[in-house]
Amino acid sequence: MAMNAPAPRPLSPHLQIYRWSWTMAMSVVHRITGSALYAGTVLLTIWLVALASGPEAYSWVGWFFGSPIGYLVLFAYTWILMHHMLGGVRHLIWDFGHGMEPTERIWLARMTLIGSTLLTVLIWAVVLLAR
Amino acid sequence: MVDNRSDTRVSMRTPLARAKGLGAAGHGAGEWWIHRMTAVSNVPLVVAFVIIVAAIAGRPYAEAVRFVSHPIVAIPLVLLIVSIANHMRMGVQIIIEDYVHQKGAKIAALMANTFFAIVIAAACIFSILKISFTAA
Repeated sequence: MAMNAPAPRPLSPHLQIYRWSWTMAMSVVHRITGSALYAGTVLLTIWLVALASGPEAYSWVGWFFGSPIGYLVLFAYTWILMHHMLGGVRHLIWDFGHGMEPTERIWLARMTLIGSTLLTVLIWAVVLLAR
Repeated sequence: MVDNRSDTRVSMRTPLARAKGLGAAGHGAGEWWIHRMTAVSNVPLVVAFVIIVAAIAGRPYAEAVRFVSHPIVAIPLVLLIVSIANHMRMGVQIIIEDYVHQKGAKIAALMANTFFAIVIAAACIFSILKISFTAA
């Protein structure tokens, strides 16, 4: 097959080249929180399988989630879940072509962080006050 | 529009894409759409999930079983598992495709990713159904 050698295709520099911005940071965090939730489904599975297995298995899981480390994991899990959820909503807004202006997209990125923190605190306040 | 696919200097297409004539058009859009669709279904299901977990937290075994066995709890939980298992498989597939370039490792990672999502989904759904169908 007669073919010219392909011209060098344009390459994009990697993360460390760029100055950090809100949108870039929240994009990176969206991917990290997504990966964390992927791993976190193991905890969800352990909880459900223990509940299906019987009181003894469930008491072990209850002991772990009731411990200080368990609380810390659940608190982090809550924030990660809220952050990825709001980040997803932000991406859906963009998918429909809205919020693309510089001020709008920076506002959306900030609200992802602020909103996820507020929701996490709200959820835990309700849960802890209700008992 | 000018068809410049044969000229790699002005097109982003690789020589392989030109040879096949398809680019990513085979199924890329379908995966993209299911990823967005599950993103949308995740939102109400995750809200339900947070409420369910908050309601169960700290309760004794028998109460927790009775709670999860109720259709109004069990059905959203099953839907949540189906939605997140699909969503996370596609999300991690994108990450693998971005960072793993060695062919063998990439195929192994993509397979492991799919197996993981299926095992998680099967274990969760089986557990929810067992709790629902055997609860007194």
